[in-house]
Amino acid sequence: MDRPLFRGNFKPYVSPRDPCPPILVKKFVLPPQIFTNFQPPGLPQNSPAEALKQGSLWPAFVDGYYREEGIS
Amino acid sequence: MWVYEKKLLYPVEVSTCNPTLAKYLMEQYGGADGELAAALRYMNQRYTVPDKVIGLLTDISTEEFSHLEMLATMIYKLTKDATPEQLEEAGLGAHFVNHGHSLFYANAAGVPFTATYIQSKGDPIADLYEDIAAEEKARATYQWLIDVSDDPAINDSLRFLRERENIHSLRFREAVELLKDERDRKKIF
Repeated sequence: MDRPLFRGNFKPYVSPRDPCPPILVKKFVLPPQIFTNFQPPGLPQNSPAEALKQGSLWPAFVDGYYREEGIS
Repeated sequence: MWVYEKKLLYPVEVSTCNPTLAKYLMEQYGGADGELAAALRYMNQRYTVPDKVIGLLTDISTEEFSHLEMLATMIYKLTKDATPEQLEEAGLGAHFVNHGHSLFYANAAGVPFTATYIQSKGDPIADLYEDIAAEEKARATYQWLIDVSDDPAINDSLRFLRERENIHSLRFREAVELLKDERDRKKIF
């Protein structure tokens, strides 16, 4: 369920005078729904059981989120 | 009118005794971008949006109440057996003094819920764009909750709730598209 497709990253400015060890690459979420204004018909569907578990009938809009991703 | 089903939208399980997590979860219970704010916002805006999208706001509002119920269950389970000392350690000492073991609509910092968190502008685009922003803010809040929670059972429910915010955001975006379709339409009867 890890969807690198729906993640972004950028390199923030790092100062030599930063007090803490700098994070060189910052990650953030670009969730699937922002890439469409209107859901196209006929998208592949999850099984009912999987849909109830994931929270969406369509895998296309599931991007998951795990603390292990280290987004923040 | 509603029909109440005496079960949760999605199972809520708690695997560790962690009243501090309950304090953080209150952000989604009685916070500015929480489920109560969402439910009340849509349930109120629904009266003055175009006919085409009334049903959407009513449905999503109803679902937000079911999310609220899940949050309440999590917070209750995490705090019901905590001693006053444990609640104090968890940063819920002030909450206990004011509310005992009961729940209250306040955010993670203990600030009570206020109607100023929500708006109803009577302009369909302004209202729907607020709703989209609210869903994305709730999604982000769930992310940060998952980041501070090491309870796998709670995180499973939080991931489900986060995904629902994705879908709600998409539906509100579709509502905007529906209204854009009304542009310059010549209605012939």
